[in-house]
Amino acid sequence: MDLAFIIASAIKIFGFTFLVVLPLVAYSTYAERRVSAVLQDRVGPNRVGIPTTLFGFKKDLKFFGLIQPLADGIKGLLKEDFTPAHVRKSFYWMAPAFTAAPAFISLCVVPFGSAVTIFGYEVKMVIADIGVGPLFIFAIASLSVYGITLAGWASNSKYPFFGGVRSCAQMISYEIALGLSLIPVLLFFGKLNLSDIVAYQASNGWLLLPLWNESGTLIHEGYWQNSSQQWLLLLPMGISFFVFTTSIFAETNRMPFDLPECETELVGGYHTEYSSMKFALFFMGEYAAMIVGSALIVTVFFGGWSLGFGLDSSLLQTAEGNWKWYAGFIHMGAFLAKTVAFIIFFIWVRWTVPRFRYDQLMKLGWVVFFELALFNIFLAALIMAAPHIGILNTFLFGLPALIIIALLMFFITKANEIKRKAKVT
Amino acid sequence: MPVFFYAFAAVSVIGAIALVCFRNPVSSAISMVGSFVGLAALFIGLNAYFVGIIQILVYAGAIMVLFLFIIMLLDLKAPSAFKRSSPLILVGGLIIPFSFVIQLSTVLSEVRGGDPKALPLQDAAESFYDHERDPDNQSEIYNSLQKKSLPDVNLIGLTLFGHKGDNASIRTPGYNFPLQIIGVLLLVATVGVVALSLKRKQSKSGGPES
Repeated sequence: MDLAFIIASAIKIFGFTFLVVLPLVAYSTYAERRVSAVLQDRVGPNRVGIPTTLFGFKKDLKFFGLIQPLADGIKGLLKEDFTPAHVRKSFYWMAPAFTAAPAFISLCVVPFGSAVTIFGYEVKMVIADIGVGPLFIFAIASLSVYGITLAGWASNSKYPFFGGVRSCAQMISYEIALGLSLIPVLLFFGKLNLSDIVAYQASNGWLLLPLWNESGTLIHEGYWQNSSQQWLLLLPMGISFFVFTTSIFAETNRMPFDLPECETELVGGYHTEYSSMKFALFFMGEYAAMIVGSALIVTVFFGGWSLGFGLDSSLLQTAEGNWKWYAGFIHMGAFLAKTVAFIIFFIWVRWTVPRFRYDQLMKLGWVVFFELALFNIFLAALIMAAPHIGILNTFLFGLPALIIIALLMFFITKANEIKRKAKVT
Repeated sequence: MPVFFYAFAAVSVIGAIALVCFRNPVSSAISMVGSFVGLAALFIGLNAYFVGIIQILVYAGAIMVLFLFIIMLLDLKAPSAFKRSSPLILVGGLIIPFSFVIQLSTVLSEVRGGDPKALPLQDAAESFYDHERDPDNQSEIYNSLQKKSLPDVNLIGLTLFGHKGDNASIRTPGYNFPLQIIGVLLLVATVGVVALSLKRKQSKSGGPES
């Protein structure tokens, strides 16, 4: 471990966390309010700017309200930090940190750019380049359950406790679907290092958009003949993407699944008893988790920092196959743009889809997604292990299996419901 | 780095002591999570990333969450006062730590001093060279050993899922069959739990189902 490595890591940690992710958290709250305003035909926060009228100018500088998150932050810090008398003090204070910290920690394995060479020293644009990337994110993200659950328990009142217990059950259930849905992807890549996964996608096409290959050409003659397997794999990978994205919604307690803080039933959910900056920390934790989720989806399914469509090799590589000096910065921009696009997608879904009922949520997790992810592993393994049986045979085996499993699950849940109703009456 | 070892070992030990000392079950559960995290960090310090991460994912992230869930759901309170323990429990409580101390001292007496040497990973790569494949199309294990990083995930996969005699040049202990048997064992336990809990509900009967 040499000095250059330590300095580079310190700069990466500081720069990525404080100059990229924290502002991104702040501005996703702003984006949330503006996008929701657009969807509801309102204006949203467009006033807070620099109050130049205080210094004798005629007009305030408004900047479309871009200073709003800053004002919110100052408000959070200056408000009275009220601790109710009936709470369990130590856990009450620990819970917000337990929610916010895991989201920030898990960002350290996400590669946010290709390697940049500075003074002849190659710096990988990822804070921790470890061989268990996705598992690390799952492990640390699973610790964030404690924050919400403890917040609900420590508040020592009825509705926050319901919120805490709900989130505990919900996050455990969807962790299973989350982990299983990624297995076909890991089967395909054969490694768990996120940097390698992104580098592979940069040269061979994104997982959900395998349109180019090593030579960088979009589509060439032999491509369609040799890579039928690649196109066939789009089916399991698409299912993976669907299950994974939906589970991320549940894991981050975002809108269609935000039962832990469901206002119509639970007042404010697990953070009812919290005020000022402690409440803001829950808020930040939720948005940071959303950013981690978007970054992970982008990294695994949409090629991470790569520009795609063969542009990486044609525009940014020298003849010897090395990256040009500015390539790393363009890649960082591409990664940021993709992540922001997914954050907007998350926000869009929140203001479009109504909230699920709690039993519907659990049934969706355990009956639909769990089985779908399991079947998906089988399908992906079948396509990858037996390419010689051909597309037609794969479908001949795969589709009936899918239909049989779906029917089986449907009948099991129906039978359960009928039994339950018979017992009640 | 020894600094990190001592720091995380301290986290682990303090967590374990706090687990026993706290009266409040929730505090105990949280300190056990801290102990697990310290233990996982020690595994990672030994280059065993996979085991360390699984330690957090399974124990800290899943099992302890379920513990906490049950503690909260049943609203377990701290016991008001401990009963006087019988001398038999005291004897048992002395014998078990004593045997552990003997074991520990035996292990420590075997440890040789001096600085630890780096593992000869590149030499190890040669035993994973597959002669039936092209030189530039070798397995992930061979490639990462060549790059002097320990492919612990792939090695665990090979150990657990590899068939004996699959490939002459890559040796695997072939633990696939024992693994399947253990999987069936866990399934039996799960089915047993479901069967037991269903039976109790029926015998109670009376009110509508949960």
